[in-house]
Amino acid sequence: MDTAKVEAIIKKHNGDATALLAIMQDVQAEENYLPREAVEHIAKKLEIPISRIYSMATFFESFHLEPRGKHICTVCMGTACHVRGAQRLVEQLERDLKVKSGGTSEDGLFTLEEVNCVGACALGPLVIVDGKYHGNTTSAKISKVVTEIQKVEGGK
Amino acid sequence: MAKINSAKELQAYKDEVVKKVEAAGKKEVAVCCGTGCQAYGAKDVVAAFQEEIKKQGLDDKVEIKPTGCHGFCERGTLVLMHPEKQLYQRVKPDAVAEIVEKTLKNGEIIEAHLYDNPATGEKHKLESEIPFYANQKRLILSNNGEIDPTSIDDYIAHGGYLGLAKSIEMGPEKTIAEVKEAKLRGRGGGGFPAGVKWELAAKQEADQKYIICNADEGDPGAFMDRSILEGNPQAVIEGMTIAALATGADTAYVYVRYEYPLAIERLTIALEQAREKGFIGENILGSGKNFEIKINKGGGAFVCGEETALIRSIEGKTGIPKPKPPFPAESGVFGKPTNINNVETYANVPGILREGAKWFTSMGTENSAGTKIFSLVGKVNNTGLVEVEMGMTLRDIIFKIGGGVPNGRKFKAVQTGGPSGGCLPESKLDLKVDFDSLTQEGSMMGSGGMIVMDDQTCMVDVCKYFLGFLKFESCGNCTTCREGLRRLHELVSLVADGKGDENTIPLIEELCETVEKGSLCALGTTGVNPVRSTLKYFRDEYEAHIKDKKCPAGVCTELITYEITDACTGCLVCKKRCPENCISGDKKQKHVIDTDKCIKCGICKDACKFDAVRIF
Amino acid sequence: MTVEITINGVKAKAEKGESLLEVIRKYGFVVPSLCHHHAVEPCGSCRVCLVSVTDNGRTKLAASCNYKVREGLDVTTDSEEIRRNRAMVLELMLAESNAPQVQKLAAEYGVTSSRFSTEETKALAAERDGCILCGLCVRVCEEVVEVAALNFEGRGDKRDVGTPYQEAPQNCIACGACAYVCPTDCIGFVEEDGVRKLKKWKRELPMAKDPSGRPIAPQFQLYYFTQKAGLPADFYKKGGPGSR
Repeated sequence: MDTAKVEAIIKKHNGDATALLAIMQDVQAEENYLPREAVEHIAKKLEIPISRIYSMATFFESFHLEPRGKHICTVCMGTACHVRGAQRLVEQLERDLKVKSGGTSEDGLFTLEEVNCVGACALGPLVIVDGKYHGNTTSAKISKVVTEIQKVEGGK
Repeated sequence: MAKINSAKELQAYKDEVVKKVEAAGKKEVAVCCGTGCQAYGAKDVVAAFQEEIKKQGLDDKVEIKPTGCHGFCERGTLVLMHPEKQLYQRVKPDAVAEIVEKTLKNGEIIEAHLYDNPATGEKHKLESEIPFYANQKRLILSNNGEIDPTSIDDYIAHGGYLGLAKSIEMGPEKTIAEVKEAKLRGRGGGGFPAGVKWELAAKQEADQKYIICNADEGDPGAFMDRSILEGNPQAVIEGMTIAALATGADTAYVYVRYEYPLAIERLTIALEQAREKGFIGENILGSGKNFEIKINKGGGAFVCGEETALIRSIEGKTGIPKPKPPFPAESGVFGKPTNINNVETYANVPGILREGAKWFTSMGTENSAGTKIFSLVGKVNNTGLVEVEMGMTLRDIIFKIGGGVPNGRKFKAVQTGGPSGGCLPESKLDLKVDFDSLTQEGSMMGSGGMIVMDDQTCMVDVCKYFLGFLKFESCGNCTTCREGLRRLHELVSLVADGKGDENTIPLIEELCETVEKGSLCALGTTGVNPVRSTLKYFRDEYEAHIKDKKCPAGVCTELITYEITDACTGCLVCKKRCPENCISGDKKQKHVIDTDKCIKCGICKDACKFDAVRIF
Repeated sequence: MTVEITINGVKAKAEKGESLLEVIRKYGFVVPSLCHHHAVEPCGSCRVCLVSVTDNGRTKLAASCNYKVREGLDVTTDSEEIRRNRAMVLELMLAESNAPQVQKLAAEYGVTSSRFSTEETKALAAERDGCILCGLCVRVCEEVVEVAALNFEGRGDKRDVGTPYQEAPQNCIACGACAYVCPTDCIGFVEEDGVRKLKKWKRELPMAKDPSGRPIAPQFQLYYFTQKAGLPADFYKKGGPGSR
């Protein structure tokens, strides 16, 4: 990641060490993950040990230390979705994308993630693919959604 | 835009806004744009309305208002037409032209969009006739269907900031006394009296004090705080400002989940508008007092809903809870006195100041005044957000408002209070819901999640689900919580897999004591609630898994087999869908599942149109 | 401010805000603990120091190390309930740690094996080499040595103690304070062939020698100390009284 970009983000937060969480979030928003160079740069600039930033990045669910896939599939695992069979959707997507939940497919196309709840419980079970909500879905329906994307990507 | 400098100016401004709206004489059409409805495509509905209004020349007669969540998520997208409060449900963009033409122009009702009561077959025209709404008491949520969350004028027209003006007139002591008298209890879970908290913070001598609004709504299946922030952010800002002036704080943080981008967006707009009008910032309403509110995006950790963990997170550290005392009111963020309440608590404050404590205590029960918002989800017909007076029975909430369990299934349990709440069985349905009654029965109010389960829900599986959630969300500091919840999860998984024996349940119970008594914060101490409550009320299910190696609900994959019955027509659909290719059989011949190869994914059962795939 | 509390029926005086565990021990009562050290902030991680505290009319079990003393506390340090729960904590710990120190303390509470042990837990315990994730190493490195080479990572049952990116931390001075305070001796502190090694952190640093050729300490550690204390740069080279 460009150091100038990290610099700008730190500056936006007035170089305030208590804004660490926000700075990390802004970097991630920019890059989709927290690149190591950025972590090291923030540590140096804010005079915070790298170990603390690394600890934060692994404690909070919103951070990723590895680059993520081009397409992000998020399965809602809230209680309402769980009792309506969300686990089976995860298993279906694991089969379709050939990746374990939490991981990124080898070709870098897909990241499969779980989220505790997005609060759209009426639509459960629910999968969010690249920001689009697929509500009241089934294994077959969601399978179709991702295989469509796979087809488009494969055709390139 | 000019600042408003006094209560008098505020009243005058309000009158002016109301008069302007009346003079325009426009018909208001509120389109629910909560997250649920947006997922159904509400934004396209709004766009279609705007286009159609223009096309049909109703610009000066109709106002389209994208609003916050109306609550009836099951039937989105919701379109509410004022002033009659006529409700159209499940509106799709392609239906809009007809609605504008027939209903808005000619006052004709389109039957197809009305709510049809599945119980009676009746169609209802007005929102207030629909049982889902008729049985609620919507103090806070009602504004969600009325006001545009991006317009402060709308909020002011509905009495906004009059509570703040009143509080300034009363002064800090009387304000706190009013909140105490109203018996407002914390809506975030603990149920601690807000006024007592405020008083403790007000008493502290310090050069700086803080206000925090806890919007880190982490309970899965709960979304009331998000809906308030999305639909009526000014009420939260007003409540926080009242709390700030009462306790002597001048800075506040709203700690909101990063998964709630729309709430953050709406709140950001609302803060800007409140600042322009002088409700926050310098010299609030001419009082000489200053107050600033900042937004902090949560990092994504359930434990940060715990106040001391949340405070650490604001300080730029990992969210590990601290022992109390000292309480945040004594030593909170950056070691300074801090008053922390949740979104719904703050949203209740303006009404209390405006209408008085007596008005508030006239609702609810002796020790739990006012209303509570629940998110009613799971195996229930009317999924959505409901606001009821404290003291309503679970049965009324689930059956009258929620419309009962779908598909003719049988009610089994309701889970309240989030992951560390408990599951209550049918015999507890007549429980009058308030803070104390739920705790007494081994569950809790929590932030207000209410998840309905039917006879196809396995309680061992549910317990395993919650423990899996909690062990993952524990901060990991206390051995009792980190290792204890991990082992509880292992033991309950053992039961679910049919590998439990006669020692498993006693060991689970023994371990529960230490996890509860030996952990620091509520995540551990109440983390055993799902285990205890399911063991208490659904022990027979555990025993069926252990002794008979059966999952009565047909959920736990290790204990079930999928088989095809004689109802099979040999249509080949399941055979084609099976990911493991383990279904055999020719066209028009009964198919057979190779149970050794079957991974029990359930796809065949979903695919079968003849209900021929059964779980044994 | 001095406050008065009661420990096992005995009146005791303490400073407000002091660690309850330390006050209890000052008065001669025995309470076990694994994650506490007086030099660093208590964190209440191991939970072995559970005692029963009555505070403001409410009685509950609490870790005593990070319980801040307040006026009027009534504390009991031994009872059936306390022993039962400490025993369970130790049984949990025994499934995650194979450290002799944990085994010894567990045995004192009658726990010689853990009902939670499985092949999986044994493998994890072996991998962790006895670590109980108490974080004394983390705290001493940050608070006393002021280097902060280590920290926790992850949370919940995935929590671990380690160095950023699991690599040897470049700021670690290999002073060994972490190994010194570790209650289960799991850091792997050795000095061989003029090199100091901290195995758990993969850190290896060559040691400086005194004029007689005996190794003193890692060069980098000496440099850090001279910087920190404002000593002359050649302070340790002279082999004076402060050198060892």
